[in-house]
Amino acid sequence: MSSIAQRLNVIQRWRNMGAKSRKETISGYLFISPWLIGFLLLIAGPVIMSLFVSFTRWNIVGDPHWVGLRNYHRIFTADRNFVQALKVTFRYAIFYLPLTTVLALSAAMALNAKIRGVGIFRSFYYMPYMAPQVAATLVWMWMLNPRYGLINIMLGWVGIQGPKWLNDPRTALFGLMFIGLWGVGGSAIIYLAGLQNIPQHLYDAAEVDGANTWQQFRHVTLPMLSPTIFYVLVIELIGVFQTFTTSFVATGGGPMKSTLFYMLYIYNKAWVSLRMGYASALAWILTVIILFFTLLILKSSALWVHYEAEKK
Amino acid sequence: MTATTGVKTPRFSLHFWRKVRNYMALVLLALFFVVPFYAMVSTALKTEEQLFQIPPAWIPHPFAWQNFIQVFKEVPFGRFIINSAFLVTVNVVGQVIATSLVAYGFSRFRFWGRDALFVILLATLMVPKQVVLVPQFILFARLGWVNTYLPLTVPAFMGSAFLIFMVRQYMMSIPLDLDEAAMIDGANRWQILWRIIFPIATPILVLVIIFTFVDVWNDFMGPLIYLNDPLKFTVSLGLSFFQGAKSTSWQLLMAAVMMAMIPPITLFLLAQKRLLGGIAAAGIKG
Repeated sequence: MSSIAQRLNVIQRWRNMGAKSRKETISGYLFISPWLIGFLLLIAGPVIMSLFVSFTRWNIVGDPHWVGLRNYHRIFTADRNFVQALKVTFRYAIFYLPLTTVLALSAAMALNAKIRGVGIFRSFYYMPYMAPQVAATLVWMWMLNPRYGLINIMLGWVGIQGPKWLNDPRTALFGLMFIGLWGVGGSAIIYLAGLQNIPQHLYDAAEVDGANTWQQFRHVTLPMLSPTIFYVLVIELIGVFQTFTTSFVATGGGPMKSTLFYMLYIYNKAWVSLRMGYASALAWILTVIILFFTLLILKSSALWVHYEAEKK
Repeated sequence: MTATTGVKTPRFSLHFWRKVRNYMALVLLALFFVVPFYAMVSTALKTEEQLFQIPPAWIPHPFAWQNFIQVFKEVPFGRFIINSAFLVTVNVVGQVIATSLVAYGFSRFRFWGRDALFVILLATLMVPKQVVLVPQFILFARLGWVNTYLPLTVPAFMGSAFLIFMVRQYMMSIPLDLDEAAMIDGANRWQILWRIIFPIATPILVLVIIFTFVDVWNDFMGPLIYLNDPLKFTVSLGLSFFQGAKSTSWQLLMAAVMMAMIPPITLFLLAQKRLLGGIAAAGIKG
């Protein structure tokens, strides 16, 4: 009923329009049509289709078989790789997110100093972020080579026998963290812009009140930067859940599935085993997980994010 | 005179030590970012024997420039570069055309549903890529586009939501008076886009070109999913197979990695002022 009413309404509007605005409407839609077509074919269509596919068994060659909730049921009750992929991804997130935040913040604060030559350092910090991920991964595979890699050679200088990094299930995940951290420049630049938005008079006032460097950081920088930290944290979290290239290239998920990231597992199901339905179900579960944690950060943000514009 | 210097000296030294501390922090952090590059370059210039020397030679002697030629003999690396360059060019053309048309439509026309559609465009930025990956593949597979460049180029002509948003914001800041003046002079919509909006929007379109270039050159998953024929591989995809092929010759691999890094990093160094400003602004506003 309402859709008919709406349609009539549209027709009514169309009739009431002058010739000029009719023409403008047509041209407007023509100009945005590339995006509109792309949206329908490559985003809206696929999202709906993905939900449908997740209730089927489909190896892409034949026709999809409707299996109801069987894919989901299997994932939650009988899939040990699913559990392993979740474990790997969460373990990585728990260590990586704090590390990357601290490193990005330190880099941004170092770059915020008003001293000569800081532009060159900014380029250095940011450069790895521009490198192709495959290239960055290969460089770190060499750096982490147990015998000839620079990391273990440097550890040797201080008398530490370095681990086998990517070849050892206990350390492989930490090895991959180096690759992620190397690209921290991307976040650091966003933090830097946040730092530069903090008005100098707040620091001046803090200094007059006798605050030392740490107190200034704790009571001026952190609260003022908290909206930026919040934004970057959400982006990084989504990034972690979608980590793929590093583990695909460096370890293929091994040794002993110790780096089987969730996204790699989806890839294996879809493009190695050709189980499109099962992979789609996995993708939807991942989406719900990401949404859950994003909302969690959003909800918790009231406790620790300080918005200057909301101050009364 | 003496009184002023007496006051100034401690302030000066405080300032001085702060500077020293800042530089030390900068250099220490820089080591983490730069040393892997150094390892890459020095390894790329070593001969096989030098590679496994312990302790390692910090500066290779003699320089093994032949590694860079050897790469092209061992794998069709020249072919990979041409393929990547082709994909980059087509994608850049597609994105520039699509984003400027769509952004022009959103910023310069009043039509029913425009604002709702723009909200939808922003919402698509949050659509999880893992969800659309499989159905997009099914779609392209059904069209018979697997192992062609079509899935990696055609979407560019529909514009990326993020880039459209960026260009639209920029076009919104161009005063409407310019359009109106031109319209009075008898210009039509295309002429306004081409003669007035396009020249003013050049800086943001340069940013579109750079973002697209780097994205396409660095893309791994797209080519991995859609390309089977090694002669169609891109640089990123080729590298990952180069590594698995034989017992890894690290000096050749690092030479190839170095060549893969040169285009995006050179582009970044050339355009860094504009690029970092744009990224930071997007980050803050996003």
